[in-house]
Amino acid sequence: MTLTLRNIAKTFPGGTTALRPTDLEIAKGEILSLLGPSGCGKSTLLRIIAGLETPDPGASIIFDGEDVTQQSVERRKIGMVFQSYALFPNMSVRGNIGYGLKMQKLPKAEIAARVAEVIDLCRLGHYADRAITALSGGQRQRVALARAMAPRPRVLLLDEPLSALDAALRGQLRDELALLLRQFGITAIFVTHDQDEAMAIADRVAVMSQGAVAQIGTPEALYRNPATSFVARFVGDAMPLEGQVEGAHLQLLGGILRLPKVAGGQQVLVRAEDVRIDPQGPLTARVETVTFLGTHYRISLAGVMTGPLFALHSGLSAPRPGDEVRLSIPPEALLVLPREVAA
Amino acid sequence: MTQRHFIFLCLLPLAIFTLAFLAIPLGRLILASRESEAGWGIYLQILQTPRYLSTLVQTVAVSLAVTVAALAISTTAGLFLVRNRFAGRNALLSILTLPLAFPGVVVGFMIILLGGRQGLVNQLLPGHWVFAYSIFGLFLGYLYFSIPRVLLTVMAAAEKIDPALEEAARTLGASPWRIVTDVLLPALAPALIAAGAIAFATAMGAFGTAFTLATDIDVLPMVIYTEFTLSANIAMASALSVVLGVVTWAMLLIARSFSGSAVAAGG
Amino acid sequence: MRHLSRHIPLLVTLLACAFLLIPIIQSILAGLTVNYFRGLSSGLTLKWIGQVWELYADSIFLSIKLALACLAGTLIIGVPAAYVLARNPGRATRMLEEFISLPLAIPGLALALALLQLFGSFHGFRTSWTFILVGHILYTLPFMVRSVVSVLAAIDLKTLEEGAASLGAGPARRFIDVVVPNAMPGILAGALTVVTLSIGEFNLTWMLHTPHLKTLPVGLADSYASMRLEVASAYTLVFFVMIVPLLMAMQWASARAQRIMK
Repeated sequence: MTLTLRNIAKTFPGGTTALRPTDLEIAKGEILSLLGPSGCGKSTLLRIIAGLETPDPGASIIFDGEDVTQQSVERRKIGMVFQSYALFPNMSVRGNIGYGLKMQKLPKAEIAARVAEVIDLCRLGHYADRAITALSGGQRQRVALARAMAPRPRVLLLDEPLSALDAALRGQLRDELALLLRQFGITAIFVTHDQDEAMAIADRVAVMSQGAVAQIGTPEALYRNPATSFVARFVGDAMPLEGQVEGAHLQLLGGILRLPKVAGGQQVLVRAEDVRIDPQGPLTARVETVTFLGTHYRISLAGVMTGPLFALHSGLSAPRPGDEVRLSIPPEALLVLPREVAA
Repeated sequence: MTQRHFIFLCLLPLAIFTLAFLAIPLGRLILASRESEAGWGIYLQILQTPRYLSTLVQTVAVSLAVTVAALAISTTAGLFLVRNRFAGRNALLSILTLPLAFPGVVVGFMIILLGGRQGLVNQLLPGHWVFAYSIFGLFLGYLYFSIPRVLLTVMAAAEKIDPALEEAARTLGASPWRIVTDVLLPALAPALIAAGAIAFATAMGAFGTAFTLATDIDVLPMVIYTEFTLSANIAMASALSVVLGVVTWAMLLIARSFSGSAVAAGG
Repeated sequence: MRHLSRHIPLLVTLLACAFLLIPIIQSILAGLTVNYFRGLSSGLTLKWIGQVWELYADSIFLSIKLALACLAGTLIIGVPAAYVLARNPGRATRMLEEFISLPLAIPGLALALALLQLFGSFHGFRTSWTFILVGHILYTLPFMVRSVVSVLAAIDLKTLEEGAASLGAGPARRFIDVVVPNAMPGILAGALTVVTLSIGEFNLTWMLHTPHLKTLPVGLADSYASMRLEVASAYTLVFFVMIVPLLMAMQWASARAQRIMK
C-alpha cells in the first residue's frame, strides 16, 4: 500500500505544538523509520496515522488513494505494535493473535489456519497456548508483531517496539525484526530514538526534530550527506568543531584545517572515526583519556578546541594519557552545514 | 457507535439512578428541613433547644471516646500483629476483623449478651452488673464495630513502613519504646488521623446499635428516629439529618485526604 | 517490670479478641442450648433453630433475593461507570466519584429519610421490595465502583484498548473483550462486598421496610426486642453462618485483587 500524508499537524489542547505541518510519501512495501529524540513528534505522527490521535483540521491521510482521515482507528485496517506491546493478559498467545481475525468475523476454521500460519512464521509454536504472563520480553515482542500482522493490515505501525527489551536482546531482535518485516513484504512505519535500529531496519529514515521532519533519505544518504547539523549529530554522532572560518580554512586552537569548500557563517562538524592520529597532521592535541572498546580505542583529546574532541583509533597500541599527538582530518570528511536555529 | 456515544451509554444508568434516588431526595431533605415555622432558623433552634444541644454534645462525646479507645487498642494490636509472626496470628487477625460484616443490631445484641440482665458479666460477678443499656454499653457497642475498621487501616499503613527505618533507628541506639514514638507513630500519623476520622463518623451515625440497646440515652440518630416516627416532626428530623450528614461527610473527607481509601461506615 | 511491658501489646491484642469473640461464642451456645440461663447442663438442641426457620424463613429468603438483585443492579450501574471513571481521570470524574460515594458518608438513617420524603406518597413503590432494593444499591454501589476503578487504574487500560482498536474492535467490543475480563478481580471483590453488605444492611432497611417486608437484619431486631434470648441467639447464629463465609470470601477476593494490581 502507498501512504500519502498531507499537511499533518498537531496542536495539543494546552496550545503546545507537537507536530508542525508535515507531508510524507511512503511507497508500497517500503519500511520507513521515524527517528528522533523524545518529544520530537515522531510518536504523535505515528499515532495520527493509526487514528489514535486526531490531527489539526486541514490534514489528509490517504491509504492507496482512499482518504481515511475521518476514519476511526478500528476501521483503518492498520496493524500496530505498541511500545509496551499491549497484549491482552486475559487471552492466550493464540487468543491474542486471533483477535483481529475474530473482529473481521472470519469463519473459525479460517481464523485457526491463519493464526497457525503466523505463529509458524514468527516461530511461536511452542508458546501458542501459553498465558501472556508466562512469556519473556522477546517472546512478547514476537507475539505483538504476530498479532498485528495476522489480520493482514494495509500498513504496519511500530512504536519503539524494541525499547522495552534489555540491550543484549535488543540487538538480536533488531536483525530478526528486519528480516521478518521483509518476509512479510509489508509497508511499515517504525518509530525509534535509536539510530542503529533505524539504520538496520529501515529502507528510508525520516529524522525528526522539534515537531518537523529535518531530513528524509536512505541511511547511507543521511550519514554521508546530512542536510543540517542536527541530522549530522543525531545520525553518526558528528561533533561540531568550534573555531574561526576563514575562506576555505578553519582556524582551531590546535591548528588550521583545510575545508572542502568555502564556508561563511556555517558550522563545521566531524565524526570521531574520521579523526586520525597522524605524525604529519596539522593539528596538535594532548591525550586526556583512552578507553579500550575491543575493536578500537576511543580517545578524548584536549587542546584542539575548548571542549574535548574524540577520535576512534584502531591498531595494536594507543597513545597514553598525557601524550602530545598530531592529528589530521581529511577535508572530504568535514561536514559544512547550516547552523541550527533554536525554534 | 463512537467512543463518545459509548461513554454516554456507560454513564446513563448511573446518571438516572443517582439523580432519582440520591440527588433529588437529598435536595428534598434539605428543603424539608425549612418547612416548619422557623424556616432556615431551625438550624439555630437546634443549638437553642437544650434537648437537641445536649444530644449533640452527648453524641460527639461518646464518638470521641470511642475514637480514642479504638485508636489505642487497634494501633497496639495492629502493630503487634504486623511486627510478629507466630502460630495463631491469622486466627487472631480473623477474630479481630470478624465484626466488619455485623450490622449495628447484631453488635447491640453482642453487648446485651455481655452486659445485659442475662449477660455474662451479671452472671459471673456478685451483685447487679447491668451496663448494656447505659452510656457505657453504647460506648462498648461502638467500640465493638470500630476496632476492626481502625485495625485494618493501621495495619495496611504499618505494612508499608520501610523496615530499614526501624533498623536504622536501632543502629543509632534507639530503644524499642523510642522506635515506636520516634519512627513508627510519625510514619503512621496520616493513617491514624484517617482511621480516627472514620471511627468518629461511624460512631456519630450509628443507628442499629443504639436502636437495639433501646436506651433512653439521647444520641443523634435515635433522636432523629423518634422525631420522625413518634413526633412526626419532619422538619426537625430533616434538619438534624442534614447536620449529622454534613458532620460525618466532612469527617470522611478528612479521612480520605489523609489516606487513599476509607473503610466503610455502617454500624 | 521490663519483662512485663514487653507483653503489653500481646495482652491488649488478646483482650480485644476476647471482647469481640466472647459474645459471639455466647450467642452460638445460647442458640443451641435448651435453657441458656441454666447453662449447657440443660442440654443441646436444634429446637430454637427450627423455631427461627418457622418464624423468619421468609425474611432470610427476602434478604437473599435483595442481595442478588442488588448485585445485579450494582453490576449494571457500577461496572460501566467505573470504566468511564478509570478511563478519564480528572477533576470531573473525581467529583462524580465523590458524589456517588455520599451514601458511605451520610448515615443510612438520613438517606432513608430523604427517600421516604420524596417517594413516601408513591404507594405502590413505597410498599414494594424494590424500594428497599433502591436503598441497598445506593449504599453498596460505591464499593463496587471503587473496587473496579482501583483494579482498572492499576493496568494500562488505555494502551490495551488502543491495541484492541488497532485490531478492529469498536468501543463496545473493547469493553466486553478487554475491559471486563481484566477488571474481573475487582468485579469479584466488589460483588462479594455488595452481597455481604446487602445481607447485613439494617439502618436504611429499617426505615424503608414495611411490616410485610422484613429482611434478615430487620427480623433480627424484631427477635431481639420480642423473642426469648435462645431464639434471638439462634437467629443470630443463622446470620453468622451466612455472613462469615461471605466475609472471608470477600477478604480473600480483595487481597487477590490487590495482589494482581501489583
